[in-house]
Amino acid sequence: MTSIKLKLKEKDVQQLKEVARSFNNEPGELINVLHKAQDIFGYLPAEVQEVVAQELNVSVAKVYGVVTFYSYFTMLPRGRYPISICTGTACYVRGAEKVLDEFKRMLKVPVGETTPDGKFSITCLRCVGACGLAPVVMVGDKTYGRVTTDGVKDILKEYEDAE
Amino acid sequence: MELIKLKIDNRTVEVEKGTTIYHAAKKLGIEIPTLCYMNLGDLKIEHKPGGCRVCVVEVEGRRNLAPACATECNEDMVVHTHSIRVLNARKTVLELILSDHPFDCLICAKSGTCDLQDMAIKMGVRNIPYQGEKSTYKPDFSPAIIREMDKCIMCRRCETMCNDFQTVGVLSGVNRGFESVVAPAFERDLDHSECTYCGQCVAVCPTGALTEVDHTTQLIRDLADPDKKVVVQTAPAVRAALGEAFGLEPGTLVTGKMVAALRRLGFDYVFDTDFAADLTIMEEGTELLDRLGRFLKGDKDVKLPMLTSCCPGWVNFFEYHFPDMRDIPSTARSPQQMFGSIAKTYFADIVKTKRDEMVVVSVMPCVAKKYECTREEFSVDGNPDVDYSISTRELAMLIKRSNMDFGSLPDEDFDKPLGESTGAGVIFGTTGGVIEAAVRTAYELHTGKDLEKIDFEQLRGIEGIRSASVDFDGTEIKIGIAHGLGNARKLLDDIKAGKSEYHAIEIMACPGGCIGGGGQPLHHGNPDIIKARQKAIYQEDSGKPIRKSHENPYIVKLYDDFLGKPMSEKAHHLLHTHYFDRKQKDVLLD
Repeated sequence: MTSIKLKLKEKDVQQLKEVARSFNNEPGELINVLHKAQDIFGYLPAEVQEVVAQELNVSVAKVYGVVTFYSYFTMLPRGRYPISICTGTACYVRGAEKVLDEFKRMLKVPVGETTPDGKFSITCLRCVGACGLAPVVMVGDKTYGRVTTDGVKDILKEYEDAE
Repeated sequence: MELIKLKIDNRTVEVEKGTTIYHAAKKLGIEIPTLCYMNLGDLKIEHKPGGCRVCVVEVEGRRNLAPACATECNEDMVVHTHSIRVLNARKTVLELILSDHPFDCLICAKSGTCDLQDMAIKMGVRNIPYQGEKSTYKPDFSPAIIREMDKCIMCRRCETMCNDFQTVGVLSGVNRGFESVVAPAFERDLDHSECTYCGQCVAVCPTGALTEVDHTTQLIRDLADPDKKVVVQTAPAVRAALGEAFGLEPGTLVTGKMVAALRRLGFDYVFDTDFAADLTIMEEGTELLDRLGRFLKGDKDVKLPMLTSCCPGWVNFFEYHFPDMRDIPSTARSPQQMFGSIAKTYFADIVKTKRDEMVVVSVMPCVAKKYECTREEFSVDGNPDVDYSISTRELAMLIKRSNMDFGSLPDEDFDKPLGESTGAGVIFGTTGGVIEAAVRTAYELHTGKDLEKIDFEQLRGIEGIRSASVDFDGTEIKIGIAHGLGNARKLLDDIKAGKSEYHAIEIMACPGGCIGGGGQPLHHGNPDIIKARQKAIYQEDSGKPIRKSHENPYIVKLYDDFLGKPMSEKAHHLLHTHYFDRKQKDVLLD
């Protein structure tokens, strides 16, 4: 495996250090700092984890351990329009899996990954508390209810037209 | 201190409040089986994640079984450690652990010394009723340590040693559920991490998940080659632990039998790293006196305290974690490397052997030594000063393989000239020993007087950080000693903050020094074994006719005939080294 070291934007790194300082650089605040870091960078690449480790004085291995433990954290960049398909019980029984398959088929990427143009990424989540609208799909902060396989292309079209 | 009474297996015991069931049972002589629990006693490391669930016991009035290692005793508690419910649960737990374990015990490096295997025998496991997916991980081969995580049972003892004891922070539990594994950051291999190769993870691993790189096959091949002169050197700590592999009590000295065994294995010359330890004292002691002398004259640029540099785990540690302080340690090479350098120059000339026809092998209590001898700066035109290093465990295995009855071997002496050593060389094997050896020589060289008392009791002990002062005829020399890299870190942080008052500091990476090294017969986290080995080292020292390095006649001769004087140009070239800033190393390019 060859990986090339990412060059992080100095401005973003400063912001991250600021965040760590706001938590008093407490090792116990690791999870909180990681949440903020993911907000800043969109994901948590190795380079970001190294900065977090240094700022909180914990080992990089430990940071990586926490990042890989919680499914909320991701080491892969999310798309500009992150698509989350709810696969909680209610959505699942109302056909979430078929909807998910349709997104995967149309975008040609598996769950957890991003399209090569960086536009869309697919993730699954468990229950957004809108079971009455099942199956539910979220794109960014926008929620779509009672999504059908036919409806998938309409949702995607909305964002294709947006650019 | 509040005392509470409880009943374990129908016997009453009184313990301090806060004591776990595991320890209360131990007080009654009941040994509750465990796989993940580990207690390093004096080293103040207790690992009780309650993860393996093998130590479960039945507590009356409690619905579920309790892990004895992580459950505190209560007043009037009634505990059963071997009821049928306990025995069944324990066996089931073990069968579940085994259901995700590769059954290659016959060919596993840990076979015979594996805690998991012992437990399966103890529990009478005869079949594995659970079949399912097994975890598969790519094996990781570094220059010193091999990781085969398929064999890991997630006891996480290695993590405790790496993070809490050593503060190296390379290992962590990553991922979750079935995918969980103990690994370096980003699941890189050890060679691309900041691993110091101290080997303490290997020393406490209950299974074959963490083992050392094996050089015995190469060694057998070299010994059988008539065109090669094979020279062996044995580290001081080996003789204090090798006997354990043959059923002898910890702390039994087997120096003579070890020499006899090596000779029978076919080595052409059986030498002693202790000789090179004496040589180290000549160089390091002189360097210390030089720095001290300049300091006392008011030289502000002189780097003090001087730190020892014979432990390769420690050298790796400061190269990774304190690279800006790399001008503080002594530039003296480790005894292993000094030996190799002298063997392939001075000694090769004596026996008229070409460098590439000589194979220098070391027997070390250490796995980091395997890495150390591969460092580029310790080779000449691609030919390493020390060709490879085997551990105490590997030597024991070779002796067994060669049909020798170790117990009935005669006591033999090392060959001359590189086999002669003093008591000062021997004590290199224990924490406090290197600095005591240095003080014995530095005192006499500095004051020109004979030491009245050779034993410096104030430097001995097993506490993780110790300090003492020695009177150099009116000049007070302050000495610090640390073993375990976590303790070393504390002393280094003090130096960095300008709070250190020491003139010299000795640092060893492993608990107790080399006697507790990662290449020794496994101490399984038992501190009593380490203490017994320490006693043996001091016993060997006090029995030596010469106990000060500068009085070793073969060292004197080496300087007269070959090196000139300590820190001469030739000595610098052959016996000193430099250190690297490895923090900058781009570990991302796999």
